[in-house]
Amino acid sequence: MKAHTVKADPHGVLTGTHFMDGDHACCEGALAAGSRFAAGYPITPSTEVVERFASRVPMVGGTFIQMEDELAASITLQGAVWGGAKAFTVTSGPGFSLMMEHIGYAAMTETPCVFVDVQRGGPSTGLPTLPAQADMMQARWGSHGDYEIIALCPNSPQECFDLTIKAFNLAEEFRVPVMFMMDEVVGHMTEKVVIPPADQIEVVPRKHTHKSVEEYLPYGTNGDQVPEMAHAGDGYNFHVTGLTHDERGYPNMTPQIQDKLVRRLQTKITDAADRIAMFEEEELEGADVVVVSYGITSRVAQRAIGMARDRGLRVGKLRLITAWPFPDTKIRGLAETIKAFVVPELNLGQMVREVQRAAGGKAKTYAVSHAGGGVHNPEDILKVIVEASR
Amino acid sequence: MPKGRVSIVVERCKACGFCVEFCPSHVLELSSAFNSKGYHPPHVVHPEKCSGCDLCGMYCPDFAICASKVVEPKKAGAAGSSNEKNVGPVQEGEK
Amino acid sequence: MSDNCNDDLDNDFNNELLKNDLVHLDLNPVENPVERFLRSDRVPHIWCPGCGIGTTVNSFARALIDSKIDLGSLALVSGIGCTGRVAGYVKLDSFHTTHGRAIPFATGLKLANPKLNVVVYSGDGDLSAIGGNHLIHAARRNIDLKVICVNNLIYAMTGGQTAPTTPDHSTTSTNPYGVFEPSFNLPHLVEAAGAVYVARWTTYHVRQLSRAISEAFNKKGFSFIEVISPCPTLYQRRNKLGDGLDAMRDYKEKSKVRNGCPTSEVGMTMTGEIIVGKFVDRERPDYQTMMRAQFNQSLGDRFVEQQEMEPVCS
Repeated sequence: MKAHTVKADPHGVLTGTHFMDGDHACCEGALAAGSRFAAGYPITPSTEVVERFASRVPMVGGTFIQMEDELAASITLQGAVWGGAKAFTVTSGPGFSLMMEHIGYAAMTETPCVFVDVQRGGPSTGLPTLPAQADMMQARWGSHGDYEIIALCPNSPQECFDLTIKAFNLAEEFRVPVMFMMDEVVGHMTEKVVIPPADQIEVVPRKHTHKSVEEYLPYGTNGDQVPEMAHAGDGYNFHVTGLTHDERGYPNMTPQIQDKLVRRLQTKITDAADRIAMFEEEELEGADVVVVSYGITSRVAQRAIGMARDRGLRVGKLRLITAWPFPDTKIRGLAETIKAFVVPELNLGQMVREVQRAAGGKAKTYAVSHAGGGVHNPEDILKVIVEASR
Repeated sequence: MPKGRVSIVVERCKACGFCVEFCPSHVLELSSAFNSKGYHPPHVVHPEKCSGCDLCGMYCPDFAICASKVVEPKKAGAAGSSNEKNVGPVQEGEK
Repeated sequence: MSDNCNDDLDNDFNNELLKNDLVHLDLNPVENPVERFLRSDRVPHIWCPGCGIGTTVNSFARALIDSKIDLGSLALVSGIGCTGRVAGYVKLDSFHTTHGRAIPFATGLKLANPKLNVVVYSGDGDLSAIGGNHLIHAARRNIDLKVICVNNLIYAMTGGQTAPTTPDHSTTSTNPYGVFEPSFNLPHLVEAAGAVYVARWTTYHVRQLSRAISEAFNKKGFSFIEVISPCPTLYQRRNKLGDGLDAMRDYKEKSKVRNGCPTSEVGMTMTGEIIVGKFVDRERPDYQTMMRAQFNQSLGDRFVEQQEMEPVCS
């Protein structure tokens, strides 16, 4: 069941062929998606996204506010959502950590919004100006409690534009916070970005209720697992709380309601996991080894895969565009037919654990770890592909 | 003819005593009755002194009491939206 | 507090009355003005006997009526704590957010939909401890918010821990031998940060509080109304100060109304006088006015006003 879409508002669409970096392209993606509100806090290497938004939005019609910290930014954007806007924030590792409570709040209250994390070396202050991909597990599990999110990984400035629109669309369709997992290289690399005319951009509008005030239940679902939304000032006098709540939105702190609510927050995503999953695949048929990668590492992996094929190895490519929900089905299917997965990442092993889990022992899993601060040498990935092909 | 009339929602009362204390005309006392939670709700002991100022209503943290000025003794529909929980007052004078 | 136990016969009679449906005794029950603002299906509420939060809600309801504010454009945002529960009991667009973050959430609401009147209703710990940073920045920016800070001098919901407002030498669960930290003078803090309307009342001052809230509704900019309120279960009990009623009597006796008093002089101690009144009422352009002015100046014709947030209906 595909979500209903409308054409993008041309006021926000910078149609044309541009030479811009990922951070800037992400901002343009947000504007094209219809976002007219951002709250942010400066943190390298993400700041340019909101700097551009701050300079663009007064001429498009919207608001940017630099808040006093990420704790504020991550909740101010949610206030804006409930006030009627499509809203996002942008950060990197240390700020992402600060935002975790509010990511959980967005998940619990089903507030559609986008959190952009331009990953850098960690932990703690780490490497502010250098890349890593070590927040991937945090994106999924960073807040407390049981909840689901969607996470996307662009690998180019063009994808920073295209997939930001996708991120907003998924957020609206599933009423969930979407993590946009960039990295410092993708954010700061400058490439060609083509922005089409607005009427070629599909945008998912807010799932606003049409029910009467008497009928409307803020967290009621009739079959569809995603409730309809209302905004403050629409006259519904609804209540939103982070406490466990029933369909009226009223706190109802019993194990029964907890079970019902939290499971629905999960299944509204997991039931649609196969539909949400996006990947780029190449030569998976007959492959002995499949390289699973995402973000900037996928660009390096592409080179390594080429080098391996030149040696006659049968190597397939699976690039994760959605990292979460993790494409279990795809990995499980591949595990039946291949020898091994090779998973290069700019971390000491995060998504590789998911690959290993989904493979269920049917295929081996090799991690190609890199602590971050730079990108892999293609040779390092090639070495492991060769090893895995034995 | 009293100038005001008090209504008490007995089941909401937690017997904090604010209304009894701050009624300027000392119309109320805590009763010896119990509501289902075991609190002693107030009752009107001097209905004739009630001015309908509704200070009791403003002080009550439990929204359990209020008073209004008596306009017409038999004014129909004065309560507007009916609130079945608005039981009382337990008027001693009527016993 | 008279607690005359009459003889058993009287008790039985009273209990009999209470057991029956007494609607027939009062054919025209008086409608409490606060009732239309309550989610009656959630009353009785969770606040303790003698807690003053409900009393502040009466004043708030009265202010809504007297100021004739458009209820359809009103949104209420609260944080976590006993006062934070107000959001769940009022029949308005209400948001129970995270601890300390009601103000930034409210800021987002207001900026996305400037037509909203946004009230922040939260407690002293929520607003001045974990929320302290947001409090001072929103005041600095003069965001058009009406903040009602119910100050019961303690973290009540979690069992009576020290708050930045707990008067020194008080006993709390995290200062079992007595608080030794100086406490915040909230009116002074928010005035220094930039608030345009600063008042303090207690739950004894029900009418003045209502009037103050009405005044805040009619004022553009960051308004802060502190309401001293009893926490009988924790603050009062642990400090042997009696119950809620004792606190109210104390407020009546110890309050001194000093409108216009310099906020530097309104700090509180455990047993000293409580200065109440309207301390600050000044004019400063609010955040959105300043934003618009700046953009008009810098961008001229190129400035595009934020469009009214239309619900883009599916």
